[in-house]
Amino acid sequence: MTIPIEALRRQKATLEPVTDRRSSDDPRAELLELERQGELIVQKIDREAVTVSTKYGREKRIQKAHLWHHKSCGQCGHIPGYSTSIFWVMRKLGYDYHDPSDQTSCTAWNYYASATSNSAAQAAVAVRNFAAAYESGYFPLIHCGTSYGHYKEVREELIRHPELRAQVRDIMAKLGKPLVLPEEIVHYSEWFHALRHEIAAKQVRDMSGIVVTVHPACHYYKLVEGDAIYDPDIYGGQRTAVVTGIAEALGAEVRNYSTWFDCCGFGFRHILVQRDFTRSFATLRKIEVMKEEANPDVVLTHDTGCVTTLDKSQFAAQAHGRNVGLAVLSEAQFAALAMGAHPYRVCQLHWHSADYRPLLEKLGIDWEKAWAEFQSDLRRLENGEKRYLDWDDVDA
Amino acid sequence: MIQTSAPRAETDVYFKAPDVAGYAEVPHDEKVRLFEQVKADFRFGDYLYGCYECGICVAACPSAKFYDFSPRRVAQAAAREDVDLVYQQMQEDIWECSQCFSCLRCPRGNNPGGIITIMREVAVNNGLASAKQALVGYSRIIYKIMSTGTQVSPDMLRADAFPDWGPETADVADNLDLWRRALPAETMHTTSSGWSVADKTLVELYLIWLETGALDMIAEVDRGLHSILLELMEERLEEEGIQP
Repeated sequence: MTIPIEALRRQKATLEPVTDRRSSDDPRAELLELERQGELIVQKIDREAVTVSTKYGREKRIQKAHLWHHKSCGQCGHIPGYSTSIFWVMRKLGYDYHDPSDQTSCTAWNYYASATSNSAAQAAVAVRNFAAAYESGYFPLIHCGTSYGHYKEVREELIRHPELRAQVRDIMAKLGKPLVLPEEIVHYSEWFHALRHEIAAKQVRDMSGIVVTVHPACHYYKLVEGDAIYDPDIYGGQRTAVVTGIAEALGAEVRNYSTWFDCCGFGFRHILVQRDFTRSFATLRKIEVMKEEANPDVVLTHDTGCVTTLDKSQFAAQAHGRNVGLAVLSEAQFAALAMGAHPYRVCQLHWHSADYRPLLEKLGIDWEKAWAEFQSDLRRLENGEKRYLDWDDVDA
Repeated sequence: MIQTSAPRAETDVYFKAPDVAGYAEVPHDEKVRLFEQVKADFRFGDYLYGCYECGICVAACPSAKFYDFSPRRVAQAAAREDVDLVYQQMQEDIWECSQCFSCLRCPRGNNPGGIITIMREVAVNNGLASAKQALVGYSRIIYKIMSTGTQVSPDMLRADAFPDWGPETADVADNLDLWRRALPAETMHTTSSGWSVADKTLVELYLIWLETGALDMIAEVDRGLHSILLELMEERLEEEGIQP
């Protein structure tokens, strides 16, 4: 085929000059400049914060308390112990928070799966949630890795494209809300990383005999990569520090494996309607490689889709005699267990598919006794003694 | 634009002749029209800078390991404005992408996954066969996210829907209401949505779907679903005295 010189010339004329913005972006500074121009409102960090470093050295502050929990559809719906562990750890550290009902999904799982939305809708959904947080006075903390990544994309689009800002501002005006974005977009795993030493100080279970492999979530560190936390003392600063940082702070042994950069196989639409791909990728490229190269007790990850995929994909592979069978937890559940959380009342491990019991046994947890305690709780609900369990019940 | 016709398939290993392709051939002008919609998206210029042909995006891509799929071909076809190949990709390739964005490892700063996001939107907006095919079985998800504001709900965990997820899925389904009431977070006692979403919040979400044209997009791929959602949203807004 002939190389289309004229088409390339036209393209070049429109694309040059180009600067790769990935290493120089400072979205916080750009937001504050837009606020100064009256374009939007920036919700400020207004409480004690921990300063961490991002991939290219920009400092990012993580507010410790008074947080607005932007929950995750997949966590709340299918692996609820993920969410409850985040809340439980925050409560144990004595930091206040708000768990809002004035919150929708980011809707990005659907967007990346079906494309039945558009950039204006996605930006408006994001800003509506941020406005709800702003109105509450609590600072947003994002539970889902995809929400976190997508909201960073939305922030980039709003910063770069005034026409999108105008469109979203008009929609927000119809909702009676301002165009507002937070000073930093913060993922819950960044909060766990920033507070890992405070968490470790409350540790009651010994994790030193536990071998861990970490799956870093694509939408955490690949989407708008410059915003993810890196630390020169963790992987020499060549991989994101979250998850690994807290696992090491809790005394677990983190082992390396060769396919760490691979995604889990979630695929957004694939996990729901084309799972042959998801199961194959999750087991052949992740679980089996981890088992062969690191033989861990547990896989830790930090996103809704990754926990779901890596946990749920192993059952069918067992039927084919594959080398699978690894517990999969979020690092929030792992940290909660280290701090003494109940495996069922708090971590809700009965919602998981891969066998987590060998891990509990290695931690010295009598899971049969714990399950009996949880069954006792359920009987209280069944006999009408209580309608719901609450936070006092889970620590009883 | 590159002008090609069927004989191109004899010399281009990536290009399929209409008689072997899994989609209907359309006039060249129609392909140009669709590509112009892709290019018109304000994000297109942020996602495509050129291509070194280094293949890093392919090496990083999970879908490339399991399908005849290449993020590099997507970036190159768009950069060359090869409307025939772009159209073929919109009909055959784009729904295989995992949207993990591993391809952002591109040293040139390209975002092939982002280009695919745009191409998918154009495929949906124009009711392309590939979009309808890809979204078969997906209507319930779209209904759930657009109507409840949460994407997956506890009551979707059924043994017949997820037989490959093991017997634990049936345990969840059998004990769903009880296990949800045992959750200590009071927003999470729900079974038909991920958490309890306030009525006022849902009304605001419905307004967003209507104002941005996101709901209209559904009409091109599933008219029945669109009608159901439109009726639901208009009725709810009418109750609130809101004229969208």
